[in-house]
Amino acid sequence: MSNSNSLSAEFASVPLGEDARTRGDGRADRLFRWTVTAAGIFVLVSLSAAALSMLWGGREAFHTFGWKFFTSTDWDPVQHKFGALVAIYGTLITALIAMIIAVPVSLGIAVFLTEAAPRWIRTPVASAIELLAGIPSIIYGMWGLFVLAPKLAEHVYPWINDHLGKLPLAGPLFTGPPLGLGMLTAGLVLGIMVIPFISSVMREVFLTVPARLKESAYALGSTTWEVVWDIVLPYTRSAVIGGIFLGLGRALGETMAVTFVLGNAHDLSASLLMPGNSIAATIANEFTEADSDIYLSSLIALGFVLFIVTFIVLAIAKLMLMQLQRREGK
Amino acid sequence: MSPADRLYARRRFKNVLALVLASAATAFGLFWLVWILWTTVSMGITHLNWALFTRMTPPPGDSGGLLNAFFGSAVMSLLAIVMGTPVGIAAGTFLAEYVNHRKLGTVIRFVNDILLSAPSIVLGLFVYTLVVKTMGHFSALAGAIALGFIVLPVVVRTTDEMLRLVPSQMREAALSLGIPQWKVTTQILYRASLSGILTGVLLALARISGETAPLLFTALNNQYWTTNILQPMANVPVVIFQFAMSPYDAWQALAWAGAFIVTMFVLLLSLFARLVLLRNKVSND
Repeated sequence: MSNSNSLSAEFASVPLGEDARTRGDGRADRLFRWTVTAAGIFVLVSLSAAALSMLWGGREAFHTFGWKFFTSTDWDPVQHKFGALVAIYGTLITALIAMIIAVPVSLGIAVFLTEAAPRWIRTPVASAIELLAGIPSIIYGMWGLFVLAPKLAEHVYPWINDHLGKLPLAGPLFTGPPLGLGMLTAGLVLGIMVIPFISSVMREVFLTVPARLKESAYALGSTTWEVVWDIVLPYTRSAVIGGIFLGLGRALGETMAVTFVLGNAHDLSASLLMPGNSIAATIANEFTEADSDIYLSSLIALGFVLFIVTFIVLAIAKLMLMQLQRREGK
Repeated sequence: MSPADRLYARRRFKNVLALVLASAATAFGLFWLVWILWTTVSMGITHLNWALFTRMTPPPGDSGGLLNAFFGSAVMSLLAIVMGTPVGIAAGTFLAEYVNHRKLGTVIRFVNDILLSAPSIVLGLFVYTLVVKTMGHFSALAGAIALGFIVLPVVVRTTDEMLRLVPSQMREAALSLGIPQWKVTTQILYRASLSGILTGVLLALARISGETAPLLFTALNNQYWTTNILQPMANVPVVIFQFAMSPYDAWQALAWAGAFIVTMFVLLLSLFARLVLLRNKVSND
């Protein structure tokens, strides 16, 4: 008792002004902490809110069509029948083509920039490749529609038709009218768009490989390629896969570029030269034209599907990238 | 040739082949960059004129400018930055200063990184159900909110990273003088990481300047001049999209001019942002 008395006496001897200031500081500290905590929680909440709002917006479509929404190829605004299969197929196929193009090219660029090129050329070339990521996607779309597609239709697709179209198994993939627009064009444009994302991740993780590991391999007489293939790639494997998934996430959700060059056709066709559709392109093309609730709801449901797919892909990417960081001890 | 020689020759050949392919891949990447930039510049410059900045978007088939679209884009981008930056800086501060090595911090960083690469069209749909449906009509405000959700994760990430780069001795020295934490953060840590955070904001601005997809169903478009942010507003990306897809030559010409200006703005802005960061790095060393 006497102890606490003497304590309070001691506090009382502190000048009043300072006491008020301490209390004021404490209040301000708490207020600041609450503010930043609220902002942190806001980030957390906004992602789940995005998912829930789209699930809510798409509930009518999910309720009306059930599982058939995912297996039906119908897309008939007049009779109010909607199925997502054509759009999902288009999204997956164009992203796949993009990855087939972008992954080897990005690996090549990363190897060139970390092992092969003379030092003075590395930074400028790396910045130039990163410029590709800065160009707005609508520019890719315009260029794809007005410049690339006519060139492909004139020079490349007839050749593909004549040569690859005759292949026994893969033939049907490459036969079709050389329109210039379609899955293959969209895949190519997407591939070009994701190259800078994948190559910059690869380049960054290649630079984290300890120099002594590489030098040991060189000292044993390895060639540059053997160092890349047997030392650098195994060391960075998880992060490289993470980078690839990051690019895949971009390719799946990319909207404007694809909208321009995909051709907006709701038909399922075996040929990659035929126009198709993707989830993002369907939403972008038709959202403002949706004249019935079920139409709108179906489009939002498509958005929900896209969100879930990209969420899974990006989560895998992030986990893979974190694995290398953990080993690095960061 | 002995077997060893043959093996050596094969390894040498594989190595040269790999390096040639790597160089070819780089040339492949640069080839598209040059082609796309060349198209944008050559098509853009031929359609560049003063009317772009003095006249409104024309009705179909007529000539005109992009004044209302430039104004709308500026308003929405500015609003998005004004909304996204404070929240982003606060959330980044929370991550770096309060929950750095805790579970909550890891979870928020994870979510933020997903938000960072999430398709922008999805964010547009989110804001549509959140704002447009509630208000009952499209509006520039909804567009700005959608863009704000794109700004947010960029600013969170750069703030978080820049604050964590500040040496902990600086915090400890300040706290040991009895300075309360909020003052340490706002007056010392923010000052130390100012240029980094500024770079983040500029990069976010560059990113939203060409962003089209989320604006399609939030801000929509408007053929006329308006300063009311509760009404649909014209903006450059959506105008480019509409005009480029149209069959009219005059509209397509405007689309190319708009595309050229947007591309140059975005590229120069990201270049400038990197310079800000670089200059600070040099002066710190």
